[in-house]
Amino acid sequence: MAEHSPEQIEKVITDSLISFGANADEINRDAELTALDIDSLDLAELSQIIEEHFGVELTSGDVAEISTVGDAIDLVAERA
Amino acid sequence: MNDVVVTGIGAVTPLGIGAAPLYERWAAGICGIEDGEGRAREFVATEHLSVKDARRADRFTQLALVASIEALADAGWGEGLPYDAWKIGSIIGTGIGGIGTIEANDRAMFDGGPKHVSPLAVPLMMGNAAAAAVSMRHGLRGPAFGTVSACSSGADAIGTAIRAIRHGDALAVVTGGAEAALTPLSRAAFGALDALSTSGVSRPFDARRDGFVMGEGAGVLVLEDGEAARARGARILAVARGYGATADAHHVTAPHPTGEGAAAAITRALEDAGVAPEEIVYVNAHGTSTQLNDRAETIALKSALGEHAYAIPVSSTKSAIGHLLGAGGAVEAIATILALRAKLIPPTLGWAERDPELDLDYVPDRARPLDLGDGRRPIAISNSFGFGGHNAVLCLEAT
Repeated sequence: MAEHSPEQIEKVITDSLISFGANADEINRDAELTALDIDSLDLAELSQIIEEHFGVELTSGDVAEISTVGDAIDLVAERA
Repeated sequence: MNDVVVTGIGAVTPLGIGAAPLYERWAAGICGIEDGEGRAREFVATEHLSVKDARRADRFTQLALVASIEALADAGWGEGLPYDAWKIGSIIGTGIGGIGTIEANDRAMFDGGPKHVSPLAVPLMMGNAAAAAVSMRHGLRGPAFGTVSACSSGADAIGTAIRAIRHGDALAVVTGGAEAALTPLSRAAFGALDALSTSGVSRPFDARRDGFVMGEGAGVLVLEDGEAARARGARILAVARGYGATADAHHVTAPHPTGEGAAAAITRALEDAGVAPEEIVYVNAHGTSTQLNDRAETIALKSALGEHAYAIPVSSTKSAIGHLLGAGGAVEAIATILALRAKLIPPTLGWAERDPELDLDYVPDRARPLDLGDGRRPIAISNSFGFGGHNAVLCLEAT
């Protein structure tokens, strides 16, 4: 838990979403990923980035539970 | 049977972004080859595509998308599709597909293991990616697929599109070719074949020719059923009169020495078009600048067109942009249409020394006005031949 702060996790996820083409101004904890035009391929890429940065392996079942940016941050923070 | 007409064109080539710069710069004698390669230097994907669209596409697909956006706007489709989306196809050829993506992911796997391979690798590398992306971008829901026949892929795509419209599978097809193979592996591989020019100069049909110069780019045309196009008041650039395709069944890289497969493709294209050899006023040659192609193609032209071959200009777009592989046939069809429309035939740049065996008129030095006296019509053929022995010829008439 202590290894990675929620701020670090939030930054990696936010930067990833922006690199995928999401509008930076629209990204906040409550933003729905679909509203940010983030789809299943983006989430597959995000999972890879998360594993690389935090050593957290997300299954496709985990990813299916994510609907907002906050969900993604919390899920990773829980396991990192 | 209805005719098939060309209502829009778009291109990204080493001569710039757009079909007009391709033709105008070539006709002005400008060569887009630098340091032995025809790179589409002006092309920056995100200047034309969203970040999302750009990163969901290998460079060959990016090039096709941008050429397709120009072509659809040129066809007057900017405000929406003119036909039922189910009746509009997307047929885009490529010789190699997303080789840059393959190389990058292979490196990632080598360096970091299989988990470093991108989930985007497959959708970016697949050879049908450009046809799929063009379909999705514009909402085209008719026949959509890629054609693969090495350096005749673009011409085969257009020929297949002509057939799809004639057959009634589609009222229109967005078609062409795209290639982005200026990558380390691709360079090394073509180099190992001894096919690339060691001088870095593309001079088709010249005695000093020493191989082809690789290029990249895309050409996209909007083809429509002639009756439907006229009914909607479309501006018609050209009629796609005919298409002929054959195979050499001879050698995987060398053309048949007598050019008989190429000659047969020319003859079939003319038969398909209902055009006599004497009606051809211009040949846009495959003209790669390799010893073998340029000799075999010259023989094929004389065999298919007879004495008339000596009477008409033959020039190679590859002298200005290099060899665009699977995009070549499409880009060259566009250049052919614009040359016929302008009645000005661009030259084979760099041609200066005659090879005694290559005795046609290769349009040296500068563009030449097209003489359409005696009621001759602006009808040309555009040749494309590919590794594997593929021969594809298009017969085009400007309107």
